[in-house]
Amino acid sequence: MANYSTNEFKGGLKVMLDGDPCAIVENEFVKPGKGQAFNRVKLRNLITGRVWERTFKSGESLEGADVVDLEMEYLYNDGDMWHFMKTDGSFEQYAVEKKALGDTVKWLKEQVAYTVTLWNDNAISVTPPNFIELEVVETDPGLKGDTAQGGSKPATLSSGAVVRVPLFINQGEVLKVDTRSGEYVSRA
Amino acid sequence: MVTTMQEIDWQPSATMATLRERARLLAEVRAFFVERSVLEVETPVLGHGGSTDVHLASLSLEASTPAGCERLWLQTSPEFHMKRLLAAGSGPIFQLARSFRDGEVGGRHNIEFTMLEWYRPGFSLDELIEETATLIRQVLGRDPGPLRRRRYRELFREMLGFDPFSIEFDTLSRIAGERGGLDMRDAGRDDCLDLLMSLVIEPTLGHEGVDVVVDYPASQAALARRHRDPEDGEWVASRFEVYLAGLELANGYDELTDVGEQAARFDEDNLARQRLGLPQVDVDRRLLAALAHGMPAGSGVALGIDRLIQLALGRASVAEVMAFATPGA
Repeated sequence: MANYSTNEFKGGLKVMLDGDPCAIVENEFVKPGKGQAFNRVKLRNLITGRVWERTFKSGESLEGADVVDLEMEYLYNDGDMWHFMKTDGSFEQYAVEKKALGDTVKWLKEQVAYTVTLWNDNAISVTPPNFIELEVVETDPGLKGDTAQGGSKPATLSSGAVVRVPLFINQGEVLKVDTRSGEYVSRA
Repeated sequence: MVTTMQEIDWQPSATMATLRERARLLAEVRAFFVERSVLEVETPVLGHGGSTDVHLASLSLEASTPAGCERLWLQTSPEFHMKRLLAAGSGPIFQLARSFRDGEVGGRHNIEFTMLEWYRPGFSLDELIEETATLIRQVLGRDPGPLRRRRYRELFREMLGFDPFSIEFDTLSRIAGERGGLDMRDAGRDDCLDLLMSLVIEPTLGHEGVDVVVDYPASQAALARRHRDPEDGEWVASRFEVYLAGLELANGYDELTDVGEQAARFDEDNLARQRLGLPQVDVDRRLLAALAHGMPAGSGVALGIDRLIQLALGRASVAEVMAFATPGA
């Protein structure tokens, strides 16, 4: 991979730091009056998700990380690994570990496309689409006379996620949910 | 992939309202100097000499001149030409000068920016500090609080608990490395001090008033004279920096007028550049000749007017007060 110098550090650039692939979050150029210039850099470790803050001398460089984001459809779970397939027509499949899947496990639905992040061709994280449509598998019965306003209750969705929904939502309905906030948006 | 015209971001980085405010503030700066009988000058952006300063990256280009093809340097500040005017008997002068520093891009930096630089023959450093603070108050249009002189070594003692002049290098580089999260063992002494200044001290300055840092280490004198620190006779630079709201706004010198000393500092810089693998910069021989002829003693200061306008208008970055910042220029 190519090396990137501090002045090429832009949000989203993938680099290697301490052996882990990281994405640049923020890069601030700092320079005292007449002195040496530094870059204050925030990087997100793509394996742990943690944000690191590091200082570099301006002009220093980091090795690029072979990280790509690919769109893949979720296929099935074999009890150990989760299997995804590229949507580019190649039918190429990738097996994803629980650790890489992280919280996305509760937003999985077959045939939905996810963004799978590969590092050296291994899946290291999976990002769900911002909005997903899922069926309510369990919730208390709706109360008579409820309107769209006021009150909410928990509902368990087909993927296993539990979200707060309005009182008028019933079991078996399909809902649109925002995966970033985990909030109910509307009936699908 | 073809980029369509609709996808190209051609819009200014400042709003029209900001540009009108900027014009008004620049007019106020000019009025400030007219009132004080300081002459406005315009000097070249391209010169035969560049800044040798190790921490400034100069841009240069090849130009066809009457002498043939020559390397010319985009000035990192108008200092050299203005000093030649002083040596030629200009008296007090000021300039709003386009200046260029390669690689400096960020919220507080832009490769191309406007420097407000002025020279006061016969002024002591203290007199110039007062004048600089007066100008800052006027452009801000509000009182930022009292002017406080802060000695460089006192700031380090207060905020970091050590004396920057006497601390052993091993301890200094360890503290700097820990604060910054990087290895500073191979760095220079000044690099360690610069890092701590940028990360620890600067952000705290200028929040209760205008903070003016004085008595820098002698090794950071640049084009300033040196004097003895009354505390223990240690050499310090006769230099000041003005901070407001955590931003470094201005850098002033009791100007070096000794040609031998100036020539030696240029050579030291280029030697240091060689050691660090940085490009050599053509020394401004005409400036040296002007100093040899004689430049009146006095003080001068360079102020980043974009930053002052940014503070006056409450904007988040210098780009927001420039018509077109470098990325969209």
